Amino acid sequence: MHIGIDVGGTNTDAVLMAGTTVLAGVKKSTSSDVTGGIVDALRGLREQHPFDGGQVSAVMIGTTHFINALVEARRLAPTAALRLGLPATRALPPLVDWPEKLSEAISARTYLAHGGYEFDGRPISPLDPDELRRHAGDMAAHGVRSVAISSVFSPVNHDLELRAAEVLRSELGDDVAISLSHEIGRIGLLERENATVINAALRELATEIVDGLTSAVRAEGIAAPIFLSQNDGTLMDEDYVRRYPVATFASGPTNSMRGAASTSGLETCAVIDVGGTTADVGLLVNGFPRETTTDVTVAGVRTNFRMPDVLSLGIGGGSLVDEQTAEVGPQSVGYRLTSEALVFGGTTLTATDVAVAAGRAEIGDPGRVAHLDPAFVDAVLKRVAQRVEETVDRMRTSAERIPVVAVGGGSVLLPDTLGEFGEVHRPGHYSVANAIGASIAQVGGEVDKIYSIAPGGREDALAAVRQETVDKTIAAGALPESVKLVDFDEVPIPYLPGNATRIRAKAVGDLDMEA
Amino acid sequence: MSWTIDVDQVRPLARGAAILGTGGGGDPYIGSLLAAQAIREHGPVTVVGLDELGDDALVVTAAMMGAPTVMVEKLPNLDEVVASVRALEHVLGRTVSHVACAEVGGVNSTVPVAAAAALGVPLLDADGMGRAFPELQMVLPTLYGVTASPLSFADDKGNTGVLTTVDNTWTERIARVACVEMGCSVMIAGFPMSGAQARESLVRGSLSTCVGLGEEIAAARAEHDDPVRRIVERLGGRELFAGKVVDVERATTTGFARGRARIEGAGGDLVLEFQNEHLLARHDDRVLVTTPDLIIVLEHDTGEAITTEGLRYGQRVRVVAAPADPRWHSDEALAMVGPGYFGYDVAPHRFDGAAAVAA
Repeated sequence: MHIGIDVGGTNTDAVLMAGTTVLAGVKKSTSSDVTGGIVDALRGLREQHPFDGGQVSAVMIGTTHFINALVEARRLAPTAALRLGLPATRALPPLVDWPEKLSEAISARTYLAHGGYEFDGRPISPLDPDELRRHAGDMAAHGVRSVAISSVFSPVNHDLELRAAEVLRSELGDDVAISLSHEIGRIGLLERENATVINAALRELATEIVDGLTSAVRAEGIAAPIFLSQNDGTLMDEDYVRRYPVATFASGPTNSMRGAASTSGLETCAVIDVGGTTADVGLLVNGFPRETTTDVTVAGVRTNFRMPDVLSLGIGGGSLVDEQTAEVGPQSVGYRLTSEALVFGGTTLTATDVAVAAGRAEIGDPGRVAHLDPAFVDAVLKRVAQRVEETVDRMRTSAERIPVVAVGGGSVLLPDTLGEFGEVHRPGHYSVANAIGASIAQVGGEVDKIYSIAPGGREDALAAVRQETVDKTIAAGALPESVKLVDFDEVPIPYLPGNATRIRAKAVGDLDMEA
Repeated sequence: MSWTIDVDQVRPLARGAAILGTGGGGDPYIGSLLAAQAIREHGPVTVVGLDELGDDALVVTAAMMGAPTVMVEKLPNLDEVVASVRALEHVLGRTVSHVACAEVGGVNSTVPVAAAAALGVPLLDADGMGRAFPELQMVLPTLYGVTASPLSFADDKGNTGVLTTVDNTWTERIARVACVEMGCSVMIAGFPMSGAQARESLVRGSLSTCVGLGEEIAAARAEHDDPVRRIVERLGGRELFAGKVVDVERATTTGFARGRARIEGAGGDLVLEFQNEHLLARHDDRVLVTTPDLIIVLEHDTGEAITTEGLRYGQRVRVVAAPADPRWHSDEALAMVGPGYFGYDVAPHRFDGAAAVAA
């Protein structure tokens, strides 16, 4: 058996799984120290379905901690951004388009240095180690604890990023974390650099969170390996998370959508995940979340991550309800729901209270909301349904009617039928779909090579790359019928003989857990 | 009437320009950042209409030359922008009075803004194409006898050069070689012309059109209206196709982002042929529209223009066709920018599907 855990801002959900069967599922409050919530959740699972730590083969965790830390601009390390490229790129230095508040939150220091490459791999200018040492001295003097290094055209040649990292490491010591742009992003200097700086700013928090998660799981007598979900639904080990926390950014919506697919049995549908603070609407196409097509802005910073295309509404179980206008959100009591909502003896009217008053859920003490005017309750829920319906309508790709699946604890706010979309599917264990999504172990196979493509041979060459990628994924332990190509990038490299093309392909598939 | 481009107008300008850029002209984002940075440093830019231009004005176009994929890595500098104009002034022995856009498109509508700001001269509400094309000589002034030469270029390292050539095709050929040597991204200034020549040959009001398009998108979204429909209406064009990008094939062997994209939608596939810009749209085997009319790829819901290098598998897009400046449809102009010039063996097709009678 294995365990899936989803650590959200409000709730920590956990499921105990045997293959794709849910043996137990619990929802607990997220504690401010992370570990407390996980310990609670694991104990909750044990109460429902006793198990021995040794029976657990793996623990998969999805967390929104890192993206939340960035959005809330807190617990970020003092970070320096060093770019190699002078004399080019000077007019638009690193962090040029960042929100001021976020730059301040990472106490950003930016540095330009010589180095970098032209498009064809010729150096722009040689690396100047003295210049780098001077920059390192300034970083040290300003208390920088994490450094992001980017270089012009590092996806073509990353040697200078490595050499600059060596110089900085010898000056700053091993305690300063170094993140390199070629390991994090692709072509597009500012977007790659932004993602690298975000990664750098999260490195200390990553250590803290991973240590916390690990100790919580170990404290419950589970010695199994711990994995975290990446943006594409595949797993990464603890070590990888410590170095690349940014890779967890979109795992929240990915997990909830994949959990919804797994529990509802629907491969193509709209998924509405209603949590404590927001309702996130995404689209699942053939079992995979539809991704954004434009550049993704995270906390006001432009990046080139591939993320599920999700529209968020400020409607959740903890949302405040305006007694005059019957409007819901966007303010929410968040994790304080169990103390502040009326049904829990609090004094704040929340969306959950309204759902209980309408008889849609049995939460807390229904007697405490009996006084609410039925007409008001009706108006609030109608408004919620209307806004959610509009959002689903915006997300769909064609005029065709698509099925709608509701998951998440706050989905009790939704009606049984949603306007023209008809029935709202509520799969079993809908309230812990995120944790189920996290527990669906996936493995990936990646190919990243330069191919010389003969004239007229493109189709054959591409087919060969696809096959190689799929084979690698199966070799990594994926069930062959579950393997799908999720990323395919073909970039011709000009001025090299033989129509040289760099091809990056990635496939993922479900790991056969009980094998 | 003159107006001003402040930091706040840069975004709508770039957004609108990216639409008229028909997939070419480079990433609008980088150009906007550069223009905004220049305005912050040097103050807002005054934009004047062609009618306000005195006969004795000295107008030059400022632009970026090179591969758009290079510009998103090796970001351009203001120094190169200024250096290219100064090099040209040195040869002409006169000070430039106005800067103009050679084309509308992501970067070449915003680089002139940066140039005008940094040089402290007004910018013309006009451009040389009313769209974007891949080669230097493909501007309407060419039809009026204005040549690119003398043309200057400057790189990030401080190198500059000025070409005096026998015709625009030679300017293009020589400048292109220098551009590749200099890292495939240089700033150029050229097409020096008098106020009278500018009034006669340039496309009138293009910057106003761009800002208008950009504001239209923002307004449509605020009103929950369909931005694509509003763009189509404003351009007097038509929506050709909607679907998902299923294949993008590229090669950059000649310094241009040459390629082909296939879009799968209801009732077949739409194939787009591009060389920096979209030049031809085909539905199955039927040609729908060709250059010089505008073939525009927009993000399905937001109406944001997608550049040819930004096309990716899985994107949901809508393809729009719109009329080009009527002067582009003369025989002389078609010889320069028609489908035949780009190696497509088809008669020119207008945005509404009408094919030209084969000559």
